[in-house]
Amino acid sequence: MVETFREGLVVRPYSRLSEEEIGRLDRASLSILEDIGIICFNDEATGILAANGCRTERLDERSHKIRLPASVVRDALASAPSAVKLGARDPGNALILDAEVPRIYFGSGSETNVWLDTDMEVFVSERDPGRKKRLPVFTEERGNVERLGTAARLAEELEHLDFFIRPVNIQDEDITEENHDVNKFYISLRNTTKHVQAGLTSLGQLDNVVRLAEIVAGGREAFKENPVISFITCTVKSPLQMVDDATQKLIEFARRGIPFVVSSSPQGGSTAPIQEAGMVAQINAEILAGITLTQLVNPGTPVIYGSVPVRARMDNLHDFYGAPEFNQYNIDCIQMARYYRIPCYSTAGVGDSKVPGMQATIEKFFTHIPIAMSGAQYIHYAFGLLDRTNTFCPVQAVLDNEHIGMIKRFLASPRLSIADVDESLAQIDKVMASHQKLYARFVRKSLRSGRIYSHYPFEGRNGDDEVIDMAVERMDRLLLRPARSLPVETETRVFEEVPGLLSRLRT
Amino acid sequence: MEERNLIEEIKVNIIQGRINSEDEGFEDGLEGRPATVELIGEAMKENVDVKDLVISGLTAGMDTVGRNFESGKYLIPDMLASAEAVGAAMDILGPHLEKAGVESKGRFVIATVKGDLHDIGKNIVSIMLKGAGFDVVDLGTDVRAEKIIEAAEQHRPQFLGLSALLTTTMREMESVISMLAERGLRQDMKVLIGGAPTSRDFAAKIGADAHCADAFQAIEFTNSVCVG
Repeated sequence: MVETFREGLVVRPYSRLSEEEIGRLDRASLSILEDIGIICFNDEATGILAANGCRTERLDERSHKIRLPASVVRDALASAPSAVKLGARDPGNALILDAEVPRIYFGSGSETNVWLDTDMEVFVSERDPGRKKRLPVFTEERGNVERLGTAARLAEELEHLDFFIRPVNIQDEDITEENHDVNKFYISLRNTTKHVQAGLTSLGQLDNVVRLAEIVAGGREAFKENPVISFITCTVKSPLQMVDDATQKLIEFARRGIPFVVSSSPQGGSTAPIQEAGMVAQINAEILAGITLTQLVNPGTPVIYGSVPVRARMDNLHDFYGAPEFNQYNIDCIQMARYYRIPCYSTAGVGDSKVPGMQATIEKFFTHIPIAMSGAQYIHYAFGLLDRTNTFCPVQAVLDNEHIGMIKRFLASPRLSIADVDESLAQIDKVMASHQKLYARFVRKSLRSGRIYSHYPFEGRNGDDEVIDMAVERMDRLLLRPARSLPVETETRVFEEVPGLLSRLRT
Repeated sequence: MEERNLIEEIKVNIIQGRINSEDEGFEDGLEGRPATVELIGEAMKENVDVKDLVISGLTAGMDTVGRNFESGKYLIPDMLASAEAVGAAMDILGPHLEKAGVESKGRFVIATVKGDLHDIGKNIVSIMLKGAGFDVVDLGTDVRAEKIIEAAEQHRPQFLGLSALLTTTMREMESVISMLAERGLRQDMKVLIGGAPTSRDFAAKIGADAHCADAFQAIEFTNSVCVG
């Protein structure tokens, strides 16, 4: 059977690091793991690592120092698959993340607490009351189940969004730690046919979430073939400390063979060196430690190299996503993942701006372009995030969708076959023989086929800046399209078999 | 081909902007099939009514393109290609038009002034006017004022279009207008100017009748004069 999956975009990756520099960073990371060691707060992980040749040394009653020999790390890396399939309700929306192929996908991300609503209001000039202007007014709302559902509905309609990571936290009064995960995954799966990924709040909910996913996928075996959900676990608290809870989740995901991201997110200048060499050597060591553990638990576990290196702002020590160093760190990590032949989960499209607008667009483009150019297979945080990762704005997601579309066009493979060149020569010959010497008529087929970019769709109609106004209109239109909800029988089974779902969510 | 089908086929080719059979149009599979020039030739052989051909074929096709352009479905390249196809048809039909009772909308002499080799804008205006039913005499680029006056005397146009892209050459337009007045030709024609550095103020200052920012404004102005 021919496997179907989203086309994505295969790029010719930009390389920042030379092979020699990659080798240097690899050796530095292995040296960190073998000589400096990591601190592990999870006893089961300590036992697994010790049983496989790692040196352990008790530090206190809660933690061990673990030194991982390079050979253990290398063997583990060799057993990690170089290609990972992430399934989807619509099998055509599945993703193939192949470390050997720089096919890029963009998706949402983070779990913000704030949902930013946008309304257009008419303002009157104080100086000249005859002058009026429609301007956006932003209102902060708390994330909840309904808004997460709307985000997933919107994600379904954004053609350049390839996967859905819950961008907003559900903070309803009837959401508890015990039912958070099932409801989060359910509302996402109900509203999008694309791949759904999230972290797990409570390990106790893992089996319920997996049962939900199995029903949606069409059964246990169907879920194995088409894993409609996957997980993210940030096992390491930087610098170099494997935390108990997230490490236990890693072990359980690996046991079940479910695809997941092993991520780390150190902050240059506070929890990692700010210098490129130190930052990348450390985050790489942190991710390698996590991946090593996955393969020791269950060789062949499909894992994704999750690199989210950021930099600290020096005036408040917040994450600083608009910094040039952010791109340097991230591109280096993409190259390291490619070197280890493990698909890369990378980061782009986060801005420091708190509202949609010029600053947000500049900051987002500033990371979207280079990270896409570098060929990371799975680029998260790419839609709608503002105020670093604290706010999700659906109108911003609509803008990001358009901008990512522009980037995809720019990075599309050159059309320079022999036939393309011959056709162009014939065209030039024809035009040069004509009186007016205009190429305009030859634009039409390309324009209609969609190969040629038409114009920025949020361009003001009268020369005014109407970008946000027009994006609001676009979003409203998208959300009016019919939803692709779960089949009734699937929904019935889900509510019968998965505990913890809020009955008010049943349609 | 039946007369009605032939006219309909001409209309389709105007919409596709296909001048001759080598043209691709904007849909697949048209290359090699007879286009405007071949079909007009066939229509002439078959003695198809020229007036019907112009109204139901060329004008109807161009109207469709214009409506689609207004609604945003078509873009400038579509308008240009269709106007070019209409222009090619009119070149063939020219000698038969008067006899068939089809009047030209008017004669339009156009030129890029002396010292200026830029002609993209001028060519676009020329194509569009021709497609709109004007009899266009294009003098080319870097045209001396004397040559423009000679053409005005020879062709007696209702409109004279002057184009310049450079601030250094736009002054030449004023010389042309002065010379027209000296020869007693100024009142016989409307003078339209265009080109990036020109403006409505500049047009007023040098005594031109209209400043046109693009081909559409040129058509709008000429149509308003013809109707008015």
